[in-house]
Amino acid sequence: MAEKVTADENITYHSFDVLIVGAGGAGMRAAIEAGTDLSVGVVSKLFPTRSHTGAAQGGMAAALANVEEDNWEWHTFDTVKGGDYLVDQDAAEILAKESVQAVIDLENMGLPFNRTPDGKIDQRRFGGHTRDHGKAPVRRSCYAADRTGHMILQTLYQNCVKLGINFFNEFYVLDLVMNDGKPAGVVAYELATGDIHVFQAKSIVFATGGFGKIYKTTSNAHTLTGDGVAIAFRRGIPLEDMEFYQFHPTGLAGLGILLSEAARGEGGILRNSSGERFMERYAPTIKDLAPRDMVARAMANEVREGRGGGPNKDYVFLDLTHLEPAVIDAKLPDITEFARTYLGVEPYTEQIPVFPTAHYAMGGIPTNIKAEVLSDNDTVIPGLYAAGECACVSVHGANRLGTNSLLDINVFGKRAGQYSVEYARTATQVPMPENAADDVIAMIAKVRKAKGKEKIAQLRKELQETMDKNAQVFRTEETLNEALEKVAELRGRYEKISIQDQGKRFNTDLLEAIELGFLLDLAEVTVIACRERRESRGAHLREDYTERDDKKFMVHSMVYKQEKTEKNTGTNMRIGWKPVVVTNYQPMERKY
Amino acid sequence: MAELSVPTIESFTVTLIVRRFDPENDTEPKWEDFDVEMYGTDRVLDALHKIKWEQDGSLTFRRSCAHGVCGSDAMRINGRNRLACKTLIKDLDISKPIYVEPIKGLPVEKDLIVDMTPFYKAYLEINPFLVATDKPNKERLQSPEDRARYDDTTKCILCAACTSSCPVFWTDGQYFGPAAIVNAHRFIFDSRDENAELRLDILNDKEGVWRCRTTFNCTEACPRGIEVTKAIAEVKQAILRGRA
Repeated sequence: MAEKVTADENITYHSFDVLIVGAGGAGMRAAIEAGTDLSVGVVSKLFPTRSHTGAAQGGMAAALANVEEDNWEWHTFDTVKGGDYLVDQDAAEILAKESVQAVIDLENMGLPFNRTPDGKIDQRRFGGHTRDHGKAPVRRSCYAADRTGHMILQTLYQNCVKLGINFFNEFYVLDLVMNDGKPAGVVAYELATGDIHVFQAKSIVFATGGFGKIYKTTSNAHTLTGDGVAIAFRRGIPLEDMEFYQFHPTGLAGLGILLSEAARGEGGILRNSSGERFMERYAPTIKDLAPRDMVARAMANEVREGRGGGPNKDYVFLDLTHLEPAVIDAKLPDITEFARTYLGVEPYTEQIPVFPTAHYAMGGIPTNIKAEVLSDNDTVIPGLYAAGECACVSVHGANRLGTNSLLDINVFGKRAGQYSVEYARTATQVPMPENAADDVIAMIAKVRKAKGKEKIAQLRKELQETMDKNAQVFRTEETLNEALEKVAELRGRYEKISIQDQGKRFNTDLLEAIELGFLLDLAEVTVIACRERRESRGAHLREDYTERDDKKFMVHSMVYKQEKTEKNTGTNMRIGWKPVVVTNYQPMERKY
Repeated sequence: MAELSVPTIESFTVTLIVRRFDPENDTEPKWEDFDVEMYGTDRVLDALHKIKWEQDGSLTFRRSCAHGVCGSDAMRINGRNRLACKTLIKDLDISKPIYVEPIKGLPVEKDLIVDMTPFYKAYLEINPFLVATDKPNKERLQSPEDRARYDDTTKCILCAACTSSCPVFWTDGQYFGPAAIVNAHRFIFDSRDENAELRLDILNDKEGVWRCRTTFNCTEACPRGIEVTKAIAEVKQAILRGRA
């Protein structure tokens, strides 16, 4: 069991063998795998079941072949092609091979999957998942109605309860403490009290999720501010493939609330203002079930060319009206309720206004297939692990397939748990430097005492608006430079903020200010990577470089923080490149 | 990309009267009112954000997903328990002020934030995890009918809207409350689970299901549409039968 080492009036010290940061799907799957043999702690900014894994809807891919012929090799190929060949193929093979066991693990833990008439786990179609290398859509997604993520999150939490995992909920991790290049622990801020906690551990797993809040229109929760990713970056860890941000095609128009791709998997059709099934023009073989980058782009293009619907012609329609109401109720109950609640649209009889919404970061903290974090193209940082959306292993490449992220958190969350425990068994604790919490204490004090006139909410709004305008589905050198200038301006104004809440307890005003700091860092990294990748691939479309350029850019980007301004980026960030791991699949033209 | 807009919707001004409590300065909670300009697709959560972001940064509440799946923002809105992110302002009577206060029966920490510990404790006591002695290491089979038996209670997001709407819970904090019973139901009626007897035993306690007075407040409060009172009734019947 972990013990409190010492405590003074403000700082409490804790010690664990394995410390996991984040209690979403990846963090809790890691915790379950890490088990109770060694001391394991989980630190989370939210109560675990509030994590954003719970918002995932459609399913989890695994070639169980319960309803039709399928195998892991087809799944690997689809993942590589879906990622526009930027996927590391060794990692994709692991993802596909270990998917079957990952689903069995969850079923055995109690997950209530939907079932076939003969009692097996049912499976349905999803974008980009095909039979025999693209011949036709295949039923590969295991699901629990349209709340698969909710059921995964609940089931993992239930099993953490069963094991007696030690949680620190509503603790915001604000720093990673490194000592001579090795991780010694993390520093956290306790929401309820305003107290500082220093956690030391032999191995540390980051499972902190995404950062969709750099954008305005997003399916992401308010709390998805990329804390873990930004903390790693600030401590010198590079970020990989940050230009690849996924825009999910079917967000509720104007709101960004997600409507699962399962709607199209179950037969839903996208239509423009004249009722045309426009995906037939963009992806003749699999139409509405093309990968998300292609569908999002097609939708944006329909709107741009004047074929959008509504008073401002700024969205298209998701049509479910030809589906039986009973099918909708059984398989898509939540998303149809979202349409009713938030837009007052009845999906049985009316088409739903939809438009792409910022959804998922393909990039993040670079890791290898053992979930170990890398400090450059191939140097492992011993004892530091990352899994899930915050990590880039890279199984999603330039565009993630739907249902592969619930799979990713289970396969690589499990691996992070397994390898972090293995490491902690023999490792000695990296000494915790004296005054390890000083930087966090200083950061908090600075925000608390700031007397400027700038408002956090206003700066965040301007950041999100510039990202939507300049770094969304369509990008050019010009728009990206505009975004960079804006971020630089906002950074200047961030120095002149103030907050109103001066209390210690539940000070969310203070935390929103700190979170904005993380968002500014990540927006800048994203835009730099977007600008430096002068080609179009997957989710990254450059209108000034419309072709994929395998000769120059069949490589991952790596953005490093530097002390001084770098010549090649004009900021204090340096861009490097990392080879893609290719095993069986040479790049081909991507057609569906 | 062009700014998005959704059809209809003019702006209107609405008054929110919010129950405030600052543990570091107040001895008693107090009401405070705010006028905000809102639009037809806006929810109560948007109004609270607007206050926090533009008028008073110290206004404190929990929130995360903002579309009714994470369960962070249950609160009492015009006297009814609801999720702030699922309550459209236009669906309330905006000719009058909107009253917003913390859910009842749990200690208030600050403004709209309550201490959820007693609520989670009841949940943990019903053994909220599958117990099965077999280790198949392949998928267990379950017929669609068996799966349907407990479908409704798998929807719970632990927001506490039901438990904190229950008059029995208000007067007796020891009562397990609807949410814990819903989560017990989810396992009691799962054909794969072997621990139904233990759970039924726990809920046969004097603070268990028999305290339910069938007022249906919980069913009305549930933002996930779970038929909570029905689930409680099924657990009662199972106890009487001695099995699920």
